Amino acid sequence: MRNRSVPLREVHVWEMPVRLYHWINALCITVLCVTGYVIGDPPAFMKGTEASFNYWFGTVRFIHFISAFLFFFNFIFRIYWGFTGNEFSRWYNFIPLKRCQWKEMLEVIKVDILQVTNKNIDSIGHNSLASFIYFITFLIFLLQCLTGFGMYAAMSNAFLPKLFSWIVPFLGGDMQVRQIHHVLMWGFILFAMIHVYLVFYHDYIERRGVTSSMIGGWKFIEEDVIERHDNRTEDCPKDI
Amino acid sequence: MENQRPSFYEEARGNGVSRRDFLKFCATMAAFLGLEASGIGQIVKALETKPRLPVIWFHFQECTCCSESFIRASHPLVADIVLNKISLDYQETLMAASGFQAEEAYKAVMAKYPGEYIVMVEGSIPTENEAYCCIGGRSALQILQEAVKNCKAVVAWGNCASAGCVQAASPNPTGAQPVHKVISGKPVINVQGCPPIADVMAGVVVHLLTFDRIPQLDGLGRPQAFYSRRVHDTCYRRANFDAGLFVESFDDEGAKRGYCLYKMGCKGPVTYNSCGIIKWNDSVSYPIQSGHPCIGCAEAGFWDNGPFYQHLPEVAGFGIETTADKIGLGLGVATAVGIAGHAIVTNIRKNKEIKNEEPVAGSKVETTKQS
Repeated sequence: MRNRSVPLREVHVWEMPVRLYHWINALCITVLCVTGYVIGDPPAFMKGTEASFNYWFGTVRFIHFISAFLFFFNFIFRIYWGFTGNEFSRWYNFIPLKRCQWKEMLEVIKVDILQVTNKNIDSIGHNSLASFIYFITFLIFLLQCLTGFGMYAAMSNAFLPKLFSWIVPFLGGDMQVRQIHHVLMWGFILFAMIHVYLVFYHDYIERRGVTSSMIGGWKFIEEDVIERHDNRTEDCPKDI
Repeated sequence: MENQRPSFYEEARGNGVSRRDFLKFCATMAAFLGLEASGIGQIVKALETKPRLPVIWFHFQECTCCSESFIRASHPLVADIVLNKISLDYQETLMAASGFQAEEAYKAVMAKYPGEYIVMVEGSIPTENEAYCCIGGRSALQILQEAVKNCKAVVAWGNCASAGCVQAASPNPTGAQPVHKVISGKPVINVQGCPPIADVMAGVVVHLLTFDRIPQLDGLGRPQAFYSRRVHDTCYRRANFDAGLFVESFDDEGAKRGYCLYKMGCKGPVTYNSCGIIKWNDSVSYPIQSGHPCIGCAEAGFWDNGPFYQHLPEVAGFGIETTADKIGLGLGVATAVGIAGHAIVTNIRKNKEIKNEEPVAGSKVETTKQS
């Protein structure tokens, strides 16, 4: 048996609210994708019966709408947490405004995607590329909420959905809104596939306990990485 | 001049319409417009006392199906009222005058009733080359812009005038534009549908006359009284949708039982119109009731969101019958293949790393294991 020789330190990276957000979000997206797909292309498994005794499709739509509300408020909460949470959850991680963030992105592409260099990425929280991808997913979240509530607005008199009633005229009609909503669903599915794989990959290669970090919040980070992180002059590690 | 114009009622009576029929018409209109009971009185009073509306009715790039629908309105007075009684001063299809006289007629309306007359438009306006639609040597755009200058309001009949309809469908060779895109400064009422429901058309006219203002419009300029609900929300087959009972082909058991046509490409869930309530042909039926899915003819771009018999539209640029789902699935498979490839490379890398890593000297775990 081999033993890791690098000295490690445990770092509390993901606070409780971030973890909670993550799992509520994961649950919502799973439910929304499944119910959404069923709404788009319902299986006709019932035949030879009357409508009086059944309501399963209505229930599927109901679950979709409830999950959508939960997803929406959860998303709003995450944005709020981007301004109050710890340094790893702050908004500036997600928007690449600094040169070093772009440099790190290139680095991540070389190391993790193309695997041409064998070197560890120093980021303790999300790496720059991951953050940027999350930023794009946040935009997709936003678009999905806009188009979803836009379609929902016509059948609701409630205050919140009514706020979105300008979406349909803005995009030209329900058909267009529905199409965008449907296409974006595939964005969620593709993201989920890649996301889950990359979590496993990072855990496998970096051995920092990424997978369990979203459960317990702790990551195992090399001492020297933490040292560099603490001694940095800007917000990014110096050597990148 | 004002007093010389007879009211709707006077003209209707002169044409042999009984008082009873007149009141029935007013009540029907009030119901279609969603007015309360007192609204009937308002309509009666307006039609009895107000002088008829001067109207100029243009036909541009269209098929005249809006006119055709209108003259087949369920209530005899509805068609009558506009086509005969509403002083239809200029209507290319139905007017007796032609050529020079016709041109004179509409110029006379503009001169006699500035700020009073209503411009009603059927058809879209070409902008790619104005010559695609010319009447009397002048282009549709010129005619419309001149007529609109002094009008009270513009009524855009049907999908052509409201959204461009088939002429504006990709690739839109004539650069067809709906009315509201080519004029400005005047209220435009988009009476959507291909064609619009006759009673909806009459309702809009009655509203204009009774209340002297344009009806409440939605975000796309359509009268809310008729276009605030989806065909789907007022469909009598809705219970089948909620129950998950769908027609799968036109001759299956579900079709016979009147199940929901959603899977046959019904655009009811994305179409705003009154088909489910007012219906067509004297409220006899409407497409869904006759077993055919809604094609969404009251929505902008419904030709480009086809095919009619499938719910998810084709994605432009990906060839025939390529939907978002097919593209999504393709990308999903590509992603899975990519992940598999990446995983293989990762494992090779991982194995190298493990080999290169020296066992820790003196580690307790190490020694216990080895011994």
